Amino acid sequence: MNTVPHWGIFITEPMILGSDVMIVLTSVAIVFALTKFKKWGWLWREWLTTVDHKKIGIMYMIAALLMLFRGGVDAELMRTQLALPNLSFLDAEHYDEIFTTHGTIMILFMAMPFVFALFNIVVPLQIGARDVAFPYLNAISFWLFFFGAFLMNISFVIGGSPDAGWTSYPPLSELGFSNGPGQNYYLLALQISGIGSIATGINFLVTILKMRAPGMTLWRMPLFTWSVLATSILILFAFPALTIALALLLLDRTLGTHFFTMLHGGNPMMFINLFWIWGHPEVYIVILPAFGVFSEVISTFSRKATFGYGSMVFALVAISIVGFLTWVHHFFTMGAGADVNTFFAIATMVIAIPTGVKVFNWLFTMYRGRIRMTLPMMWAVAFIPCFAIGGATGVMLAVAPADYQYHNSYFLIAHFHQVLIGGTVFGMIAGMYYWWPKMFGFLLDERLGKWAFWFFNIGFYVCFLPQYALGLMGMTRRIYTYPAGLGWTVPNFISTIGAYLMGIGFLFIVWQVIYSVKYGERDVTGDPWDGRTLEWSLPSPAPHYNFATIPTIEGRDAWWMAKQGQLDKNAFLPKKSDIKPIHMPKNSGRPFILSICFFIIGIGLVFGVVPFDVIGGLGVAFCMFRRSFEYDTDYYIPVDEVIHTESALGRLQG
Amino acid sequence: MASQHQTPTAHHEPSFPWQYVIGYVLSLVLTVIPLWLVLDHVLTPTPLTIGILFCAVLQIFVQLFMFMHFTHGDGSGEPAYQTVVLSIGFFFTVVFAGASIWIMSFSSQVQ
Repeated sequence: MNTVPHWGIFITEPMILGSDVMIVLTSVAIVFALTKFKKWGWLWREWLTTVDHKKIGIMYMIAALLMLFRGGVDAELMRTQLALPNLSFLDAEHYDEIFTTHGTIMILFMAMPFVFALFNIVVPLQIGARDVAFPYLNAISFWLFFFGAFLMNISFVIGGSPDAGWTSYPPLSELGFSNGPGQNYYLLALQISGIGSIATGINFLVTILKMRAPGMTLWRMPLFTWSVLATSILILFAFPALTIALALLLLDRTLGTHFFTMLHGGNPMMFINLFWIWGHPEVYIVILPAFGVFSEVISTFSRKATFGYGSMVFALVAISIVGFLTWVHHFFTMGAGADVNTFFAIATMVIAIPTGVKVFNWLFTMYRGRIRMTLPMMWAVAFIPCFAIGGATGVMLAVAPADYQYHNSYFLIAHFHQVLIGGTVFGMIAGMYYWWPKMFGFLLDERLGKWAFWFFNIGFYVCFLPQYALGLMGMTRRIYTYPAGLGWTVPNFISTIGAYLMGIGFLFIVWQVIYSVKYGERDVTGDPWDGRTLEWSLPSPAPHYNFATIPTIEGRDAWWMAKQGQLDKNAFLPKKSDIKPIHMPKNSGRPFILSICFFIIGIGLVFGVVPFDVIGGLGVAFCMFRRSFEYDTDYYIPVDEVIHTESALGRLQG
Repeated sequence: MASQHQTPTAHHEPSFPWQYVIGYVLSLVLTVIPLWLVLDHVLTPTPLTIGILFCAVLQIFVQLFMFMHFTHGDGSGEPAYQTVVLSIGFFFTVVFAGASIWIMSFSSQVQ
């Protein structure tokens, strides 16, 4: 040991200090810029109080990209520490904190908001609605997520990060073994944002079931909307299990109960059971919307209807049901017995069937299609082999006896990064590129995007393929260093190079966005990709009421059929005589204030400061009371204003 | 927003929502009973589990009928989605509770 000098000590403490300084400087810069350019009012009116699904979607996406950066920095720090044996770039405690925040942030505060971003941006436009079913609740969902993420992120500089892993298993996460505020931060951050997630699930379930345009039957819905419907059902039934698990663990830590303790009748494994009742459906919550994106992208850029639409829907529904019956495969090694493990092993393997159906359908959609290799299509095509490898290793892990070998090894790490990055991240990036013009009215630069694509993709395989080998060689997850002479050095070093390549890929995406704001091709048609679904019949960006008149839908991919001359294209443009006053929800500052109150409760519970709990609790109660007696929640956009907007866009008929 | 001409029914309901108050009180009572059973060690483990499960099932019915409008149609003639979704929910509830007991039965052999 200690062949390398302990310069880590001088790095880790300055790292926190440096972060403090950076946070203060950035905050001062933001406050200064907002004051200097007199943007406070604009920020409040246009963004903080908005209930517009399109703006909420954009805020989700910005938050997700920032969290991708934060989680990515965590990953690069870990890979740097593991590049060579016996490094002391990070000490054990700091490494534990970083792998905990990496996992938590990437799943809960990167993947989830990215998924919700696309829900918000796309679903109402795809089904011909003017907003979601409960716009006010939608704003609450976003701000609860935002302040949950904020709570998680300040833990690093105030009081210490959680360090019991993103799964936070007791007894390690109990008070006796993690007595700092870090674990409380984790519990409260997830709890607060979790309320928002359940509300989003309800919101989109109702939106899709009740607010479709006339004529859009369930069997005419675009596949992305179908995937959101399936995901909403998953959210609705999975998240309560997490809420319960976190609440009981918090009771253990704050009130001295014994749900998950080792002594006094507690059962730590019950937390693990509850956590994975949520945790396994959670991976489908983040992957199904990506499947939806791939269906849209592959169909559009192959200029063909999706092959096997009905079987695609069936597969989505099957995955969302069977996905609830596999959770024990995360703890086969608990030793529940052969009968339990057999049941859950078979259920896990069964999931591969509908997933395989989807992969073949995408391939058959491309078969004999007129394929255009745009950026979204490149990510979609890259997804297929990546996900196929991840799926195959998943079936290997599902074999319960073999899992005793793979469990908690780098083989597992490589597997779930392959499905979560190759599936969710590729899907979200493809979706971002695909719907970017609909959000902002310009396209992202193709050349820089290709650099990002190749760096990220090559980097991905360089990073994670060696980890399969490391796992089989016996390297377990969550170790902060390893001795030389085990044969682990070369694969680890290669893996670290891959992680850096992926980091460069991310920087190219950032550069691409900044470059394209100024130089990106403007989307003047509203239909830059020659799309198939309803959102492409609108201008880019869509007016805030979305549809001046709600079109009647007469087929699947109706916009495509109209462009092919099978339906009347004019049916998608508003007629002057048909325009009526448009009923819209009013903006409200209360979701933002309500969420700040939740944040204050969170801080109070993290540090055990009772006055904070009381103040925050009263604030929450007051906000809910005020809302209960609020009747002035909506307004009508006058006909003249709609006519003015539509004629300025050159869309008005007659 | 569901349909442009339909305002939320809450605006037009002048009567006091007794149903919610009764439901709320019942759910509190059904929560306190299991807590008391556990805290005061009233029953041996197996009857205790059965007692808690019994209260939980009653709790589900309180939620469904008092709060979730289980029996109400929405009057639009569309399929009763809430019945479908609640049926799925009922299935999952039984699976989660039943399977958790099944999975955790290992600890009685270990201890």
